[in-house]
Amino acid sequence: MSGGGEAQVAGLRLRSPVLVAAGCGGTGRELAAYAPLADLGAFTTRTVTSDPRAGAPAGRVVESPSGLVHATGLPNPGLDHFLATELPGLVAQDVRVVVSVAVTSAADAAALARRLGRAPGVSAVELALAPPGGRAEDAADEDLFAALEPHEAAGMVGTVARELPRGLPVWAKVRNDPDRVVAVARACVDAGAGAVVVGDGLPAMLPDGRPGGLGGPAVRPVALACVRRVVDALPHVDVVGVGGVATPTDVRAFLAAGARAVGVGTALLHDPTTAARLAAVLREETR
Amino acid sequence: MSSTDRRPVHVGGEVLASRASGGLVHLSVLAPGIGERFRPGTAVAVSIGPPVSRSRLARRSFWIHEVKPVGGRGLALGLVVEPRGAGSRWLAEAPVGTPLELTGPLGRPFALPQEPVACLLVAEEYAAAPIFPLALRLRERGCAVTLLLGARDEAHLMSALEARRSARAVTVVTGDGSVGRAGRTADALPEVLASSGAEVVYAAGPTPLLHAVAAAAEDHGAWSQVALEVPSPCATGLCFGCQVPVVGEAGSPRSARACVDGPVLRGDRVRWADL
Ligand SMILES: Cc1cc2nc3c(=O)[nH]c(=O)nc-3n(C[C@H](O)[C@H](O)[C@H](O)COP(=O)(O)OP(=O)(O)OC[C@H]3O[C@@H](n4cnc5c(N)ncnc54)[C@H](O)[C@@H]3O)c2cc1C
Ligand code: FES
Repeated sequence: MSGGGEAQVAGLRLRSPVLVAAGCGGTGRELAAYAPLADLGAFTTRTVTSDPRAGAPAGRVVESPSGLVHATGLPNPGLDHFLATELPGLVAQDVRVVVSVAVTSAADAAALARRLGRAPGVSAVELALAPPGGRAEDAADEDLFAALEPHEAAGMVGTVARELPRGLPVWAKVRNDPDRVVAVARACVDAGAGAVVVGDGLPAMLPDGRPGGLGGPAVRPVALACVRRVVDALPHVDVVGVGGVATPTDVRAFLAAGARAVGVGTALLHDPTTAARLAAVLREETR
Repeated sequence: MSSTDRRPVHVGGEVLASRASGGLVHLSVLAPGIGERFRPGTAVAVSIGPPVSRSRLARRSFWIHEVKPVGGRGLALGLVVEPRGAGSRWLAEAPVGTPLELTGPLGRPFALPQEPVACLLVAEEYAAAPIFPLALRLRERGCAVTLLLGARDEAHLMSALEARRSARAVTVVTGDGSVGRAGRTADALPEVLASSGAEVVYAAGPTPLLHAVAAAAEDHGAWSQVALEVPSPCATGLCFGCQVPVVGEAGSPRSARACVDGPVLRGDRVRWADL
């Protein structure tokens, strides 16, 4: 069971139910300046793709009331460079590392999973099934796979799960869409996902018309509803709740809704000590 | 804290003093631990609004202008704010005693020359804030410092008096000619650069000025160090929302995060055309 001090997700014991959400922890080095990462449940990396990506031209993260709209185009150095330069540094921090990946095709997913399966120090692979700009025209990440239908999600999760060695689970990161989340989550679990991460930014638009994903407290009630629906429909599935977690009350609300753990994202961009503080408060409570 | 620990800290502070001067507001801000780690060219990120009603989540960066002891309470930071949008207005109008959440010092500072060479420092308006403490450090190293300061008008110019204390020669340019020469800062560059004999040019201000500085330095065979101001929503290197196109090692195109890989970058490394 998820308690204040520890958590269990997809068979992994985590030191805390508080995780760093994908794309909000930099390379890990920056965050480690403020507090040790080792006290957190896991560090989810920025989303990595097979090939390097420069990101969107003038990639931006723009403020909206109680939220941030992300339209960065997932800048990342590509898997090779990530494995050589970023992963070792994270592993050295003595924190569980969940590598977030986005893929362009089933073949790409299979190749990526095979390589990650051999990388030392990876605790889980989080497959981004709904990158914010995915399928939207004009998005820098429009070539990335985005699952709108449950069978599409299942196909890609299955591909990754088959290529990963036993003991290395795939976490399916799905969109915070209360009407579809149960069907997508069920399909992912049937296809081999060890956990469901709910969820990615809400599809949104920047003032200049470019697509992005909305995160932060503005989406928290939506994320909570999604977690509750998935947990009610699929009580045996491990759910990680992501969406606007900023205070101990928020963590408790997600855990009470049935999440095993929570990902802290946007709040870190506002206060880089948030995840460490939340983990400490929860640990204290279960003493 | 060891004297070499320059890692940023996230702290609670408060507004100690606030003084309007023309179009700029000079703030003194208590920020325990940040001043101790300061080097010129670094910034501090401020959260906007009181925590209970906070809905603006992007942070606002401000150059650290000076660091001063405040009786028994550690070091205070001097910031120079031009009130214009929601965040800068809130900070500029924050009454003395307003609690603040601050993170800093952020980013890579200006790199100082090993030898006591001649240096030209160029800045516009509030962006002159990091240039003054830089001028002092350069003087301490025996560098001959020339300043070129610009602003749209006198109300937005940082004190020319302060400038004269820290430099051998000062040129002031204002858009409306209210002080110094009338015109654009960039137009005065070639002449001032030539007469200064500078081997290094430091600059802070709007991107077109920095581009002009990088180009002029290149023409004169000088190095340039430019302090970029790119909207930096987290300012701590976490979000990748502040990318600047740069030339990587081996000349390959790359991008850097303005907030942690900058704000100070070598002028010849920025891909200006792609910015
Ligand atoms: C390294 C650095 C140092 C800075 N130093 C100073 C300083 O010393 N004094 C000062 O007055 N301002 C400084 N700025 C700009 C400052 O951070 C704010 O962006 C500016 O005050 C406008 O914010 P606002 O909320 O008032 O305006 P709004 O228009 O409401 O801002 C909306 C959003 O756009 C961003 N934004 C708008 N203009 C700029 C800009 N020119 N640069 C960066 N982001 C921008 C804001 O951060 C915010 O997220 C600095 C910025 C950076 C990156
Ligand atoms: S502002 Fe977030 S990485 Fe630079």
